[in-house]
Amino acid sequence: MAKARRPVSSKSAVACRGAGKVWAAGTERAHVALQDVDLDIAAGEFVVLLGPSGCGKSTLLYLIAGLELPTSGEIYAQGELIEGPAPDRSLIFQETSLFPWLTVWQNVSFGLSIRGLSAAERMKVAREVLARVGLSDAFHKRPDELSGGMRQRVAVARSLAMQPKVLLMDEPFAALDVQTRAKMQGFLLDVWTASDASVLFVTHHIDEAIALADRVVVFTARPGRIKAIVPIEQPRPRDLTAPALLQLRVELTKLLQDEVDRAFAEQESAAAAE
Amino acid sequence: MRAISVKAGDGGVSDYGADSLSSPSHRLRAFVRQHGPRLGWAVVSIGFFTAIWELLWYFGIADQRLLPPPHIFLGDIAGQAKNFNTAKRWEIGVDPNAGPSPFGAVVITMLSSTMRVLAGLACAAVTSLILGIAIRYNALFEKLTLPTVTLLAPVSPVAWLPVAIFLFGIGNGPAIFMVFIALFFTMTLATITQIDSVNRNYINVARTMGATKRQIYTRVILPAILPGLLVVLRLNLFGAWMVVLVAEATGVGYGLGQIISMARNTFNPGLVFFTIVIIGVLGFSFDFAMRLLQRRVLYWVPKGQGPLTGG
Repeated sequence: MAKARRPVSSKSAVACRGAGKVWAAGTERAHVALQDVDLDIAAGEFVVLLGPSGCGKSTLLYLIAGLELPTSGEIYAQGELIEGPAPDRSLIFQETSLFPWLTVWQNVSFGLSIRGLSAAERMKVAREVLARVGLSDAFHKRPDELSGGMRQRVAVARSLAMQPKVLLMDEPFAALDVQTRAKMQGFLLDVWTASDASVLFVTHHIDEAIALADRVVVFTARPGRIKAIVPIEQPRPRDLTAPALLQLRVELTKLLQDEVDRAFAEQESAAAAE
Repeated sequence: MRAISVKAGDGGVSDYGADSLSSPSHRLRAFVRQHGPRLGWAVVSIGFFTAIWELLWYFGIADQRLLPPPHIFLGDIAGQAKNFNTAKRWEIGVDPNAGPSPFGAVVITMLSSTMRVLAGLACAAVTSLILGIAIRYNALFEKLTLPTVTLLAPVSPVAWLPVAIFLFGIGNGPAIFMVFIALFFTMTLATITQIDSVNRNYINVARTMGATKRQIYTRVILPAILPGLLVVLRLNLFGAWMVVLVAEATGVGYGLGQIISMARNTFNPGLVFFTIVIIGVLGFSFDFAMRLLQRRVLYWVPKGQGPLTGG
């Protein structure tokens, strides 16, 4: 018996209706990564997915990106059912994913060259988006000449060149040191404010979630389900030591702690079983 | 002292674009700065083992008739060169003393073997790259070909020798075929391994940008596997040199393998070692040339990192 589902509005940037994913379905190793996810992301909204490692939040990003298809339920983008990847849903990875054999501007305009644009047009767009991320000087550089933070900014520029409606970010700053990470959060908010794209941001850092999100979506561990959705209305940039946000931090920590404990216990028992 | 030399070396690498534009003398200096230490150590290493051999001879441990030391088999280069007659003496009516000068004959012999190595290597590299990509590109093609390739990969090249002679008789044909067949199957499997180890993120990025399968292969996978393939090619260069000797020992007009075979039949250990030295020098030079090629072609691979440097 299917549940009555909320109607899907074409105004939602992304709408998940009972979305689930079973990896290795039909085999002994089958496990449920994601179960029964209902989530609407408004156009221009900044949503952070918060949960312990391996809780399926990255899986949800891959489903929304269209790189994988859900094994149950549906996901819509702008009211259209997602059946594969699309340039206006851009995924940014934790590890650098720039092509080392291309220069920065060639990387940034890679998606445009796929579409068959001329070099002159591509350079024009590359110049414009690199200026937006503050990396005009890096135009002719190679990725290995840049720092980790700069490389992630180039990755963001590459997504912006595709004029995305949704930016999907899979722990994009996790590999960076603490200072760079704080800078990058500010940078991302600037880019997001200047664009009309929605951002769906995966992290397991509570502070990062509080600094960035319009809404924090807390996930349970194995299978990944939505445990709570916490709106944050404070204006940005946020002072994380403000009493309201400290209170929020305590709440989120509590929500997350049970899940971390459960995930940890499961990993322990799985290791013991081997 | 150490720090200074490292810094100078780095400067030579990162100024690479500027170097190629500047004067020849500057380029030579940069070359020596970059490669001098390695070449120097090569000389020291060879000198070390030569000295051991010479000492063994000096104290009468190494029998001169079986293991003549380097100063003997390299001392009479002109005499050794006389064995490298490339005239077709076996043909009726050909003057046995005809043909090029002894040194000319040595050069011709070296070039002949080198040509066979390069031809076989080039054929194997191109066909294995095409086959490897085709196997991963098309599932039906994979099912049709991969089991056979895997089955034939471990077969020793020596087993192919009769086939080479049946198919190509004697001459260049069988030698090139031997090099090709010895490398083709393993290089195909290596290509597949390289494709499988391409960073998934690269492919996913291209997919989200709307790349077709064909575009993913030409724009992402091909450049991504190139560094690994060049390493495979370099390693297989040695394999090619080993196989070409086996092939040449059986019925080609002339070549380094034919010389070794003749030296064995005429019990001439000096000539064997002389030829081994030539092969070693050729192989070393080719390996060095391949390293330079790697640096040029793979400008994006960080220096002193990854699988390319080998120390």
